[in-house]
Amino acid sequence: MEVTAQGVPYEAFKDNEYIESLVKELQENGTNVVVGSLDKLINWGRSNSLWPLTFATSCCGIEFVSLGAARYDMARFGWEVARSSPRQADFIMVAGTIVHRMAPVLRRLYDQMAEPKYVIATGACAVSGGPFRNSYHVVKGVDQIIPVDVYLPGCPPRPEAMIYSIMQLSRKVKVERFFGGVNRQQKQADFLREHPVEGVNDAADFNTDGRQAPVSDKQ
Amino acid sequence: MYDLSVITEAIHSFLTGLVPTWLAVTLECVMIGVGLLLAYSLLALFYIYYERKLCAAIQCRLGPNRVGPWGLLQSFADMFKILIKELISLNHTDKFLFALAPYLVILASMLAFAVLPWGNGLQVIDFNIGIFFLLAVSSIGVLGILLAGWSSNNKFTLIGALRSGAQMVSYELSISLSVITMVCFAGSMSVGDIVAEQADCWFIFKAHVPAIIAFVIYMIAGTAETNRGPFDLPEAESELTAGYHTEYSGIHFGFFYLAEYLNLFIVSGVAALLFFGGWMPFHIPGWDAFNHVMDYIPSVLWFIGKAIALSGIIIWFKWTFPRLRIDQVLAMEWKYLMPIGLFNLALMTCCIVFGWHF
Amino acid sequence: MATLQETIAKICPTATVAEVDGAPMITVDDAHWHELAKALRDNGDLAMDYLVTIAGFDHVDTMGCVYYLMSTAHNTNLAVTVNATGDREKPFIHSVADLWAVAGLYEREVYDFYGIIFIGNPDMRRLFLSIDWEGYPLRKDYDCSPEANPVPADNERQSDFTTTWVENPDGTVEAKQVEVFSPQDFVVNIGPQHPATHGVLRFRTAVDGETIKKIDVYMGYIHRGIEKLCEQQGYPQTLHYLDRMDYFSAQNYHHGLCMLYERAAGIEISRRAQVIRVMMDELSRIASHCLFMGTFCMDLGATSMLFYTLRVREQILDIMERTCGARMTFNYDCIGGVMQDLDSNFQHDVKELLKVLPANIKEYKKVFVGNVIARNRMEGVGILSREDAISYGVTGPNGRASGWACDIRKWRPYSIYSELDFEEVIRTEGDAMARFKVRLDEIEQSARILEQLVDNIPEGEHLVKVPKLFKLPAGQWFQLCEGCRGVFGMHLESDGGTKPARLKFATPSMPAAGVVDHLTRGEKIADLITIGGSMDYIVPDMDR
Repeated sequence: MEVTAQGVPYEAFKDNEYIESLVKELQENGTNVVVGSLDKLINWGRSNSLWPLTFATSCCGIEFVSLGAARYDMARFGWEVARSSPRQADFIMVAGTIVHRMAPVLRRLYDQMAEPKYVIATGACAVSGGPFRNSYHVVKGVDQIIPVDVYLPGCPPRPEAMIYSIMQLSRKVKVERFFGGVNRQQKQADFLREHPVEGVNDAADFNTDGRQAPVSDKQ
Repeated sequence: MYDLSVITEAIHSFLTGLVPTWLAVTLECVMIGVGLLLAYSLLALFYIYYERKLCAAIQCRLGPNRVGPWGLLQSFADMFKILIKELISLNHTDKFLFALAPYLVILASMLAFAVLPWGNGLQVIDFNIGIFFLLAVSSIGVLGILLAGWSSNNKFTLIGALRSGAQMVSYELSISLSVITMVCFAGSMSVGDIVAEQADCWFIFKAHVPAIIAFVIYMIAGTAETNRGPFDLPEAESELTAGYHTEYSGIHFGFFYLAEYLNLFIVSGVAALLFFGGWMPFHIPGWDAFNHVMDYIPSVLWFIGKAIALSGIIIWFKWTFPRLRIDQVLAMEWKYLMPIGLFNLALMTCCIVFGWHF
Repeated sequence: MATLQETIAKICPTATVAEVDGAPMITVDDAHWHELAKALRDNGDLAMDYLVTIAGFDHVDTMGCVYYLMSTAHNTNLAVTVNATGDREKPFIHSVADLWAVAGLYEREVYDFYGIIFIGNPDMRRLFLSIDWEGYPLRKDYDCSPEANPVPADNERQSDFTTTWVENPDGTVEAKQVEVFSPQDFVVNIGPQHPATHGVLRFRTAVDGETIKKIDVYMGYIHRGIEKLCEQQGYPQTLHYLDRMDYFSAQNYHHGLCMLYERAAGIEISRRAQVIRVMMDELSRIASHCLFMGTFCMDLGATSMLFYTLRVREQILDIMERTCGARMTFNYDCIGGVMQDLDSNFQHDVKELLKVLPANIKEYKKVFVGNVIARNRMEGVGILSREDAISYGVTGPNGRASGWACDIRKWRPYSIYSELDFEEVIRTEGDAMARFKVRLDEIEQSARILEQLVDNIPEGEHLVKVPKLFKLPAGQWFQLCEGCRGVFGMHLESDGGTKPARLKFATPSMPAAGVVDHLTRGEKIADLITIGGSMDYIVPDMDR
């Protein structure tokens, strides 16, 4: 049986409305040349050096292992430096089902990670609860606990899909702005404010870089 | 062999002609400092790339190849990333010691750079107890690791630090013993003299059996000194998540990460110095034409090339052997390496006394 | 049978014995249960020394447990139904944790699911669900709505105490607090997010320097409530959950459950389907053992080995993918046969695999088994005796490394295994090295089975017709099969409808994790990693 596989054409790879709108939003007011090129340099570094956290709960984690193995070799992109300590990781691939008991642990892992941090919800379970959506003990999508940057469907997603998802994340990182302006962190701050954890003052963390946390008057 | 000290002396005389001597010396110090720092970071970045590629080759993979040509820029991207990553400050930790620890580790490896014989005449300082100084400063590193583990207020880091303390203090003995063995043979502690002694033939050939034993002991103990596999217990990934630097983020972690590779370079650099003639080209007594050809290769390349080749062996260890257990690590040092080292010292003394060497 | 009747009559004349699914099913009241259990275990003619599983049930009017017992000496099995005393608020059954070591864990599971309290169990905490969980999920009247138990935002409450229920001489039962860790203990949390726990298992480890004093295992970080979900799905739909329990034994587990359904419904499948199923099982076994060797060596610090073993695994996944269409969750075996017929290249691919396997095994042996550091790390570490293996219910390659011939393929041959020529790999050392070597040798045996079958796949239907609306008659069934990690038991209770009334899976991973505390006492932290790795538990498999 002859299998002819076609690569994703570059245009299709770029066909991502979300990122297009993000670029538009971020570049609305133009930018300073110096700051802009510094931003570019930093983003080049960041987007090319995404270190995953060694985190897996079930089947998707095994595909993540396959991703590191010789056939798919994520080392090509520089993603193989899987850190076991959340302090040193750049993104967390939530590979597998997250259940009620695990939810606070995952949230804590996310809180322990250093900025900038990203989340890929890997597999149907992490995206929505997947086949276990009706269970009494399963979280229906990790976006209830932590802000998600990339959703990756599949049960489990193939390693190729995982590569694609991290590449999309890498594109997303590339359009961010480190100096001034609105960047992704603001949205993240809003999320964390809406999902508070006892003993952690997220708002205070985000105030330090000069932005005022809007007083919530929804209560 | 082209003597690079001509250049340094030219710079010195040029500067003293322009400004007073004290200022000239200060300027030179600054230049050397900047030069070393640059060499330091570039070497570390190269080493990260080197290990990743070598490990990929061992594991039948390709390794980094997307960022820059052949993935050469991969470690630069990592550096930019890690430089601007958030530094997390933790509650309930000793903030001062927590921040001090990575600098101590970096300092130790930086100081050791001062006495390495980079090339003919290219050595920051060559004094009569050079090797002794090297052993002394390189053991500051363990202090940094102990502090890091202790001040993080985390159980994993504490266990990692204690493991590291036990391991490094033990293996320092073996390193010292094999260094002393070679110092005996060279008859000098000065780095310059040791290199000069090997002008006709490297020590590993000259002092044959005892030198080879000392080399093997040195390589094993050196691997343990750098906390690399199979002696990577202090950061044993599958046991202690990330060991003593579990709580460090951003560039603080980056320092530990860099220091690991720099220590690797220092250990293999010292091995090159003691056993493979430092910057001295490969000479075979009697083969004058061959020796001349060898002399055309710059001395800096000789030294760095030897160090990198020797580091390759240590990296090869890491990706081949499983990790030892803490009691096995200590038993290996105290029951095997140290007695053998002592015996080897006696053997070397005999060799020197009775002239059983080339 | 006669001895059994006598023993029961002597202890408890009111107990009844019936024939259910080809084995005796004893029904006994709680008051006599412990005494009977002791007799069943200790009577030399019965010698029911292996407790396969405890399946709780809730028939609304009564609650209780079904105990499945097997005798390793006589190769007999029986089941005991014990009805709980007390009301629904606090049902009681006497514990048998003192007779079978694994019962302690199984009883905690039943307590977690049904709220049945076991009198005399030294550790009566919830197993999978958190300490503050409301209700008992497998009860028929449990409120499944997310409002009853919302996703917790805060860290779980932690207690250093456990409860044990003791019976006073006057017959009343009271709870007592028992200390798990004293305030002096240096307790290190290994997990749930830890590279060496193979998923999200948590060991609270009390250490004295590098020496381990005690381990408290916390499960449930990936408990997805599969057994409850199965009760809400039709029979064919329950199958796909098995892909996600032990994702390495997906084919084997599917095979087992399909056999159970087919037996209950009286469906005869074609020989072609049987051969395909067995071949897929053995391919899975090779892939699973390969991954075990890789991850185990990675735990010990030899990372490169993982990449060598994954090479073979990828090749097997390719074969599977061509036929099943997926790399991991195949959902291939179905009631009546297999989903699709084999790919036309299947035989060729399998032959290619068999060609490269010997060289690979030789390489693994050279790289790892002969390595002096690896031998020092593995030999004599975590020795599990045969008696303990049986008492703790540690089956599969782990049990066989301790000298217990527990391979269901030989012990209770199913499908076409009785016709095949292969050996059961048994070692007697019982240490981590033995567990490693058993798996290495099992790869060779699986290859032998494949060799025998690859040229003898009979022609025929791969799938027989089964009714669209699949129903089972009312009754109870129990089926065993050999997963890659050991004995996989399935207990099915049907009320005659299209959904199972109760489906309980007894997985090999749970006892394997339960025995870790016993094996690691007094060993080093590094040995915990060795032992845990060598037991090769899969966390979603134990949590379900």
